[in-house]
Amino acid sequence: MKYVVIGNSAAGIGTIEGIRQVDPEGSIMLISDEAYHTYSRPLISYYLAGKVKSEKMYYREANFYEKMNVTLRLGLKVEAILPEEKTISLSTGEKVEYEKLMLATGGKPIIPEMPGLQLKGVFSFLKWDDVKDIEANLKKDDKVVIIGAGLIGLKAAEAIAGLEAQVTVVELANRVLSAILDEEAAGIVQETIEDKGVEFHLNNTVKEIKGSNDKVSGVQLQDGTQLECDAVIIAIGVSPNKDLGSEAGLTVNRGIVVDDYLRTNYTDIYAAGDVSEGYDILYKQNRVLPILPNAYRQGSTAGRNMAGKDERYQGGFAMNAISFFGLPMITAGIIKPDSTEFTEMIESGVAKKNYRKIVTRGNKLVGFIALNKVDRAGILTGLMEKETDINPFKDKLLDKDFGYAHLPKEYRHEQLLGVTK
Amino acid sequence: MKRVYAREEVCAGCKLCEVYCATAHSEYPSSILKAFQRQETRPVARILVEVDQPLTFALQCRHCEEADCTQGCITGAMTKDPETGIVTNDESRCVGCWTCVLVCPYGAIKRDESGHKVASKCDLCSNNDTNPICVQKCPNNALIFAEISKGGD
Repeated sequence: MKYVVIGNSAAGIGTIEGIRQVDPEGSIMLISDEAYHTYSRPLISYYLAGKVKSEKMYYREANFYEKMNVTLRLGLKVEAILPEEKTISLSTGEKVEYEKLMLATGGKPIIPEMPGLQLKGVFSFLKWDDVKDIEANLKKDDKVVIIGAGLIGLKAAEAIAGLEAQVTVVELANRVLSAILDEEAAGIVQETIEDKGVEFHLNNTVKEIKGSNDKVSGVQLQDGTQLECDAVIIAIGVSPNKDLGSEAGLTVNRGIVVDDYLRTNYTDIYAAGDVSEGYDILYKQNRVLPILPNAYRQGSTAGRNMAGKDERYQGGFAMNAISFFGLPMITAGIIKPDSTEFTEMIESGVAKKNYRKIVTRGNKLVGFIALNKVDRAGILTGLMEKETDINPFKDKLLDKDFGYAHLPKEYRHEQLLGVTK
Repeated sequence: MKRVYAREEVCAGCKLCEVYCATAHSEYPSSILKAFQRQETRPVARILVEVDQPLTFALQCRHCEEADCTQGCITGAMTKDPETGIVTNDESRCVGCWTCVLVCPYGAIKRDESGHKVASKCDLCSNNDTNPICVQKCPNNALIFAEISKGGD
């Protein structure tokens, strides 16, 4: 094979589309341990809630692999990569040679050691099969404890509360969504979710899962509280699925380390998406950025490079758009700075659940939170990405009508009248 | 490809482009009265007139070559037609997560929450040939539909 791609989600699909932009002919093999046509991982909570049916779960059209001329190997594992021989070995015993290899193996749930993990009724919340499993086991009025009030935990809470189960969320931090919100915004979101009957235990965690007859019957929290429950969902976070890479001798830190071209320390092996550690333009260092837009862009850039281009990946930063019970929020970058080199500007209307915060460093925008009123937030994302000098219009950034009309004429014309991107 | 460009020096700020765009994308595409009076939910314009008096101009999707919205879309609903270059949203697959709103550097994607929540954006009236309705109806020729080469104006 000319190209072998391991992983069938956003980064893997981006890789295939990137390769095909440059090389319409070269043979491509796609390998995934999940036996599904490429589907959207972020939609699993919508699926569980009944808002998205099976046929709408797919990330690309039904004839995608055919159209891209991809040899598909689903439902099997890659056992090892032999970089010196440019070969991989599969769980079927086969060996496959490659010229260029992409590791887009994504992430796996972080499962902390604790008693009771083996009990029936303990779930994670990452793959389609996870929610199918929950769907098959959950009954109306069941009590469910979710460990973790991050993006995954709260999306799980929203879906499960909608199924008329009783949900309690336990979170180690002092607030919900601590990675993307500050205290004030988190407070508004928590209240919105509590209004729907979900309970929270913050500054706390599950110490032990208790069971009877091999089935979950409750949990004990760190502070001694005992909660009865029928199911536990572990949604603490995701860590890079990097073992295949590290066993093959790739340089691995928190994720698989890649350069500006998405290459690992072996020039014919690339990595992209949640498994990789790419450049963060705000922190000015390599970081794992487990978000879909970053995964796709890294994948497509890597794909073009695998096919012979020499394209630098500009780098990314954390950014999220998400809603809970109809309350939308968009956040990006550094949202809770911890040093005096940053300046914060805040506009808050708690009664209407509106909250906007801008974080600047020198003359650059480096982060924002937009809660409820999220319209046109992408203009801010764009200013961050382009590292635009914001001094000429800094006092307008929080205005509800902030837009291109407030940007310097020259910049506006360049952006709107030039051929774009 | 041909795109819609605003001539801000002659834009009168009348917002007729918004009215005609909303109508053209409503259940009654040929009648402003019916669109705004009979449709149960208020029609959403996919073009936006920005105002910072005396400056006004209309802005809509730029149909980017490397579109952040198609790359960031979590469902695969937002796609760029390889032939025409037009970026469109398959509303039946859109779940209203607003990742496109997060990544669009022009702020050109709107939230349509009138029914099933969907991202709403300019589709160039789904052609890349005849003038889109906003261009046709602009009373002051402040919108032009043209192919402009890189760096030109």
